[in-house]
Amino acid sequence: MFRKLMLLATAGMLAIGPAVAADKVKIGFVTTITTPAGVIGKDMVDAVNLAVKDIGNKMGGLEVDLIIEDDGFKPAIGKQKTDKLVKQNDVDFVAGFIWSHVLLASQKSALDAGKFLISSNAGPSQIAGKLCHKNFFSTSWQNDQTPMAMGQLLNQKGVKSLYIMAPNYAAGKDMSAGVERVFKGKIVGKDLTKWGKGAQLDFSAELAKAKASGAEGIFVFYPGKAGGAFIKQYAQAGLQGKIPLYSVFTVDSIALPKLQKAKMNGVMGSMMTQFWAPDLDNAQNKKFVSGFKKAYGRYPSFYAAQSYDTIFLIKSAVEAVNGNLSDINGMRAAMKKANFPSVRGKFSYGNNHFPIQNFYSREVVSDADGVWTTAVRKVVLENHQDTYAKNCKM
Amino acid sequence: MDWVLFVTQMLNGLQLGVLLFLLASGLTLIFGIMDFVNLAHGSLYMIGAYFCGTFTDITDSFLYGIILAIPATAVVGVIVEIIIIRRLYSQNHLDHVLATFGLILCFDALVHFAWGPEGMAIPLPAILDGQIEILPDIVFPTFRLLIITTGLTLAIILYLVITRTRSGMLIRAGASNRTMIGALGIDIKTLFTLVFGAGAAMAGLAGMMISPITEASIGMGNDIIIVAFVVIIIGGIGSVKGAFIAAILVGFIDTMGRSFLDTFLKLLLSAESAETAAPALSAMLIYILMATILIFRPQGLFPPRGR
Repeated sequence: MFRKLMLLATAGMLAIGPAVAADKVKIGFVTTITTPAGVIGKDMVDAVNLAVKDIGNKMGGLEVDLIIEDDGFKPAIGKQKTDKLVKQNDVDFVAGFIWSHVLLASQKSALDAGKFLISSNAGPSQIAGKLCHKNFFSTSWQNDQTPMAMGQLLNQKGVKSLYIMAPNYAAGKDMSAGVERVFKGKIVGKDLTKWGKGAQLDFSAELAKAKASGAEGIFVFYPGKAGGAFIKQYAQAGLQGKIPLYSVFTVDSIALPKLQKAKMNGVMGSMMTQFWAPDLDNAQNKKFVSGFKKAYGRYPSFYAAQSYDTIFLIKSAVEAVNGNLSDINGMRAAMKKANFPSVRGKFSYGNNHFPIQNFYSREVVSDADGVWTTAVRKVVLENHQDTYAKNCKM
Repeated sequence: MDWVLFVTQMLNGLQLGVLLFLLASGLTLIFGIMDFVNLAHGSLYMIGAYFCGTFTDITDSFLYGIILAIPATAVVGVIVEIIIIRRLYSQNHLDHVLATFGLILCFDALVHFAWGPEGMAIPLPAILDGQIEILPDIVFPTFRLLIITTGLTLAIILYLVITRTRSGMLIRAGASNRTMIGALGIDIKTLFTLVFGAGAAMAGLAGMMISPITEASIGMGNDIIIVAFVVIIIGGIGSVKGAFIAAILVGFIDTMGRSFLDTFLKLLLSAESAETAAPALSAMLIYILMATILIFRPQGLFPPRGR
């Protein structure tokens, strides 16, 4: 009897479910709020909240219901939270994801349930290639693209010899491989340092080797707190002006205020590559950056930029079907067109639903108010598509 | 081998060594005298770093920051000892581990609450931020040289205190036979509190010395406390001299492994596997050293007499 009642109740809920859901667009956003990496998540959540405010909390006549979840920097928890969003909250879109390993662990939960999955940062090669899915979209990049742009920039600058430093884990090796794939000069030294639990933050020995190697440039990838630590030691070791610094995902709007506070002038003038910069010249970006600075009193990071785009991509889909959220095919077709104002300017989607976009060189400068930020220098790779798209059967 | 690079790496090893010594000397005394396993020693290292950052911010001077942060950290140590640790001496080691692990979580959460998750950069005065030419061609960061000098000076002071003063005598006696000095009418409670406070101050100082290089961050102590335990095990638990020698040894081995191991491995392996294997192997070197020493001298290199 009890079981029958339960069945009835479940059936009733299923029947009512869609009718209730239809007056709201439910967006689940998975990011890292706790652990020291929580600063990244905070930037993303701030950007998403700003975007929702900027669109007046409405998409295609529907109200936006945003549900933020914390993955705790752990794949298992990310998957658990994705399951919760899909089953309990019955969201229409699952978005966010800073870390490649968290996204890889969580993607099946969202996609198998027939939900749209939008990565606001992570771009692992698997999802760009073999594991590509019709309901997956990225508002960021594939991991390899940014270091490949860096290789190209080094070639253009005529750098002949390079010293590489990166953490000893999957993304660290990818970043170093990305540069090596494109860079034509000689790699005179390479250090993969301990990462994960008990990550190495003191680089004295490696910097001494880099100095002795006589390289014309040093390339690093140190996301998060290791980035600030590296830059300081680079300056303290007196390498500034001797071995120019080239980096990816290391010097960003999260690291710069702290570096400025610690008066680490060593980072000034250092070069990096990226798909976006706060001063990129287009209307949407101006609106985003000035709005973000006004609301939170700081520059947005690229994580924030991608998250802001995520909301506008979803908005373009919901509006294309006039708020009829059961029209999955219609929403997918709309997103594929990338027909929304993006902070990076106009771009298109490749067959694997990763952006085909420009990559720019950026330089650390001081803005009109004396605040440290990055400025776009020039296009390094134009309309660049990742190398894994050809492995995607879609 | 390039001798400039070699000497620089020796100095880097020495710098890491004295830093470990600051942390390990307190740990070994607490372990040796009170027979207390203090996993939360790393939290005091973190607290020291955050205090120093805050005081540096307020006074706008790194020097004042340190001068204020050392007693502040010692006070935190004393308070923790009086409120919590004191109740645990009579329990067994497993209880110590559980309780101090809980303390780590509390400290991490408190720091998160008070200072936020993003960590704290500590600016150095210009005079410490540059480099200095020690010998012809050997240019070394000034601040790292300061760490070496501070560490070595402290080691000498500690040596004099322990071998030449009455309280040092009590500490040595405590390390050799705790029950006996209690029986002789020494106020062992106060001695324990003082040693704990001094250990906290030294751990805090280590945190203050490293954070201008790596930033103060939540959980910074949990990573290094493992290495500090390796140091006191190699040196012999309860022996400050052992802690000093073991710390310098570990500092050298770790730095030399990171510097030259990949070059050696490239002679044996392909370049690619050497690149991946070298960092993994160099991270293991100190544990291999510890295992080897434990085989031949289970009590460590310089155990206190009378055990």
